[in-house]
Amino acid sequence: MAISLNYISRDPAASVFASVSSDVGVGLRYLLYFAPALPILVLPHWAHAASFQNAMQPAGIQAEKILDLWWLTLGICTVVFIAVLAAFLYAVWRAPRANEQTGADISPLRSVEPLSKRAVLLAVAASTVLLFVLLIADVMTDRALAQLPLGDGIHIELTGHRWWWEARYTADPPSRMFNTANELHIPVGKPVVISLKSSDVIHSFWVPNLHGKKDLIPGRTTTITLRADKPGIYRGQCAEFCGYQHAKMALLVIAEPEAEYEAWAEQQRQSAAQPTTEPAIAGQQIFLGTTCISCHTVQGTPAQASLGPDLTHIASRQTIAAGTLPNTRAHLTAWVKDPQKIKLMANMPSSPLSGDELQAVIAYLETLK
Amino acid sequence: MTRKEKDLLDVSQLPSFAFGHRSPMWWGTMGMIAIEGTVFVLCIMSYFYLYSHSPSWPMTTPAPELLWGTLNTLILLASAIPNQLTKKAAERMDLAKVRLWLVVCMTFSIGFLLVRIFEFGALNVRWDTDAYGSVVWMLLGLHTAHLVTDALDSLVLTVLMFTGPLEGRRFVDVSENSMYWYFVVGSWLIIYAVIYWGPRF
Amino acid sequence: MNIPVTERIVHDGTPDSTELLAQTWSDPPGLIGWLSAVNHKAIGRRFIITTLGFFGAGGVLAALMRMQLMRPENDLIGMDLYNQLFSLHGTTMMFLFAVPVMQAVAIYLLPLMLGARSVAFPRMNAFAYWIFLFGGLMIYIAFLFNTGPDAGWFAYAPLTESEYSPGKRIDFWAQMITFTEVSALLEAIVIITTIFKLRAPGMRLNRMPLYVWAMLVTSFMILFAMPSVMLASTGLITDRLVNTHFYRPGDGGDPVLWQHLFWFFGHPEVYLIFIPGLGFLSAIIETFSRRPIFGYPAMVLALIATAFLGFGLWVHHMFAVNLPDLGKTFFTAASLLIAIPTATQIFCWIATLWKGRLNLRTPLLFVLAFFFILLMGGLTGLMLASVSLDLQVHDTYFVVAHLHYVLIGGAVFPLFGAIYYWFPKFTGRLMDERLGKWNFWLFFIGFNVAFFPMHILGLYGMPRRIYTYPEDMGWSAMNFTSTLGAVTIAVSMLLFVFNAIRSYRSGAMAENNPWSGGTLEWATDSPPSPHNFDVVPVVHGRYPLWEEQAKPEHVTGLAANHREQLITSVIDASPDHRSSFPEPSIWPFLSAIAVSILFIGSIYTPWAVVWASIPVAIALTAWFWPRKKETQHDLALEKSP
Repeated sequence: MAISLNYISRDPAASVFASVSSDVGVGLRYLLYFAPALPILVLPHWAHAASFQNAMQPAGIQAEKILDLWWLTLGICTVVFIAVLAAFLYAVWRAPRANEQTGADISPLRSVEPLSKRAVLLAVAASTVLLFVLLIADVMTDRALAQLPLGDGIHIELTGHRWWWEARYTADPPSRMFNTANELHIPVGKPVVISLKSSDVIHSFWVPNLHGKKDLIPGRTTTITLRADKPGIYRGQCAEFCGYQHAKMALLVIAEPEAEYEAWAEQQRQSAAQPTTEPAIAGQQIFLGTTCISCHTVQGTPAQASLGPDLTHIASRQTIAAGTLPNTRAHLTAWVKDPQKIKLMANMPSSPLSGDELQAVIAYLETLK
Repeated sequence: MTRKEKDLLDVSQLPSFAFGHRSPMWWGTMGMIAIEGTVFVLCIMSYFYLYSHSPSWPMTTPAPELLWGTLNTLILLASAIPNQLTKKAAERMDLAKVRLWLVVCMTFSIGFLLVRIFEFGALNVRWDTDAYGSVVWMLLGLHTAHLVTDALDSLVLTVLMFTGPLEGRRFVDVSENSMYWYFVVGSWLIIYAVIYWGPRF
Repeated sequence: MNIPVTERIVHDGTPDSTELLAQTWSDPPGLIGWLSAVNHKAIGRRFIITTLGFFGAGGVLAALMRMQLMRPENDLIGMDLYNQLFSLHGTTMMFLFAVPVMQAVAIYLLPLMLGARSVAFPRMNAFAYWIFLFGGLMIYIAFLFNTGPDAGWFAYAPLTESEYSPGKRIDFWAQMITFTEVSALLEAIVIITTIFKLRAPGMRLNRMPLYVWAMLVTSFMILFAMPSVMLASTGLITDRLVNTHFYRPGDGGDPVLWQHLFWFFGHPEVYLIFIPGLGFLSAIIETFSRRPIFGYPAMVLALIATAFLGFGLWVHHMFAVNLPDLGKTFFTAASLLIAIPTATQIFCWIATLWKGRLNLRTPLLFVLAFFFILLMGGLTGLMLASVSLDLQVHDTYFVVAHLHYVLIGGAVFPLFGAIYYWFPKFTGRLMDERLGKWNFWLFFIGFNVAFFPMHILGLYGMPRRIYTYPEDMGWSAMNFTSTLGAVTIAVSMLLFVFNAIRSYRSGAMAENNPWSGGTLEWATDSPPSPHNFDVVPVVHGRYPLWEEQAKPEHVTGLAANHREQLITSVIDASPDHRSSFPEPSIWPFLSAIAVSILFIGSIYTPWAVVWASIPVAIALTAWFWPRKKETQHDLALEKSP
């Protein structure tokens, strides 16, 4: 069966890139091929991101080990990428051009192509070796992460809720335990063991500056261990889709020198101080008489429910609504008045309080340091 | 052979149907068996997964009673005889015997479908009691779905064998149906072991 | 019995005989004829167009997502709609586009490439199309009624349980799975049987085109992978509908069971999408480098190895779950190991290009993009294979970048190449080269601009599936850039649609073999006549159109007035018997309607399984029940084994 020329080109311009003799076309083609790489040139400016929720800015040993593995892996993968791409581009560049009339070369069906065979075998062998290097590096890092020395650390029980984080600092004796929410303080240089539970659906605890993530799965308890080696404020975010407001389920982990951490922990252990000035006193009365106490706890008062975050020391926290807003009077007022406007479908209903009553309650909450 | 004849491959004398793996129907049936077999295997793996995560098994109820399940196993095993006879008769294209053994197979069908109803009652657990109940009902339910569809397939074929219109390929259909029947019986042996003996070990 | 013997008219090569052959294999005209069609090309065409339609819809959903994420704290799209958008986008692309389109192209192409007149089980093929269409329509109609899925395309429990997902959104999703998986499973059986039993005589297994091997391997994978998601979704349906306890903690259920069952399917799923793309690559590279692919045996073994290994990777989607560390290490090793067969294929293609003579047309350009995009995606895959690295980038935009690089680079770009390549065969006209090149470059550049920044976003802390992000995260510029890339992709797609429609109407006419390809599909007309081949060829090599013709050249003795095909043996494709193929029938369509009623009914009540089974049983029986006239016709041609 003869091979017939059937392609009738109506558009000579269609060959502008495929022209056998057009060097400009060839050059342009290769330039365009690399165009997607241009963003890399702009990277330092355009890729500047915050350092407080960033796997590339490790502040603790676990994240640091992971980043070390990252650089090694990136290095190997980049070398392989360039090598394979170069071989491919070279092959495409050097091969003679053809069109539909060019006869097909079927001699490879009858002959072995020894050079090609050797090249392919070598390339596969090299790839296999590199894969083993990666495997070994991967396993070594996995082991290193599991071998964080744990003595003398602090223990936190973290429970994921839709859409906030409940934290219980466990201790011995039990009188030293305390609860908080959405903001964890940890001592620099000490191991932290966090046990992870969920009260509803699967969440994921992820503070990239400190460690990789671990899922909180209802029906089981698991643990993550980490250590901050630099003081700082690190932001984490739920990393497993958990429903409507998954995007607004963040938390802060504040690493501070041990003495400051102890001071914070001691303060957290205290029950709420009684307000001493108006309008906070009135605010407390209103607070204890409204629906707030059906969900929230303020230690040292009759408010002992635990459906929502513990408010005993809410004024000591930097953010509210699980990292959604800075903890200022204006934001706190807006949040209490109408949480649905800020975090639609959150479990907290709008407040029935009027302007003055609301101001008083906010004043009271501000005393809960 | 003339030169012209050598240029061409004459297939006009080939048969117009064939049995076993020569037939596309066999491949289609095997494809179904692969799919359904995989479903069963995965369901059994889920059973053992939930088993390994549970402090006790069954979780809160007694194990299924052995009577009806074991009886059904015997009926299904016994049905292999008329099934094999059907298959052989089909491959011989012996219409009279095919009709006979298909009818016998149908009586077995009625038997094990009835017993299956009692099996569900004798499981001693509901599908919504706990995860154990759910997976046991799923296993038994999946197999029952196969029993029902296989019974229906066989019924349609049985009727067809009496009413026609018939041609040689219908015997291939009967043969393939018998193969599927074997799958339904064979898979039951394993599922029976899991449902009835799994909780006893 | 007094059966009037219908005369068997053997095809004898004359124009009248060929005309009779064409009429024999045609579908009837009119609306009922359209609904009763069983010709594989008719089904293939509408299947391809439907899947491309879903691709467009999924793309629109993505464009809306990118508009929302363009700026921090944007309020263009609200939280609930956004969650539905990303869920439906993933669901559409994975279930309604990526796997079905590959099967659709195979349904059209395989008989042509194998020298056959039809696929095996033509009516089941038609049914598979209808059930797919109805499932896709169902989920989109649900979406338009604010009942679209909103828990992501992999729908983790217990978020998807009734307690946290009230209403019917998840039920529609779970049932859509049933529709699409039934379709894909049946198509897999069709494809396997077609490849094994309907090859032209002489097309031994080692003479099959690599694309055929790719579809064979893919179809086997489907048989073993898809049952897992069907079982998983059935358990979810029963959890929601009748209170079973598969995935609900308390009373023994385990959310992680969902993950195992889903990902046991979900990982092979991506290979179901990727491997056909590999098949396209081989087909296009060999034609446009004017030589056979280097290393045929290695290529075949690589496909088979990829398929097997693909089943051993699924836990790498679960590294953040508390599972034994040693187990996770096994999955790291397997996830790295699978790179070896893919690397082998890449090196063999490079060797082919190296020693070929290149015709740089649009199909080849799309294929060349693979070597940049898939290569990068595969390498980020190696990064994700590490448990430690994965724990940082899992569930972040890094994974979004990776998955788009591998799926778009590995499957969509090759698919576009395949469309440009086989368009003249399907339609008889060539697509415009210049528009094609604009299409390609805009897509290539737009893709990289859209998705490359996402690698960095993930490393810089941006999780997946968030409808907004705060301004001070420093993610704004990269998100904005990504949206620009998305817009560019959209433009390239519009260009593609314009090119396709205009070329279809008034493109340059194409004859049988516009690209001078070497495989059998190029021996048919463009577009092929209803019966594909006037004479069924006898094959003597891997490239029948490039190699010397040998004797015998083709088959004789098949009827022209009857849908008769030659069935050959599995390994050697030696002639075994002749088989009658079914006439067009309305029953696949009606059965699909009945089955749809059963599936949709069971979203609302478990009793639907019982009463809706009755019409299904009736339809299926009517479908199977032989027609007297056809039986008489068959008897006239019958010859016992």
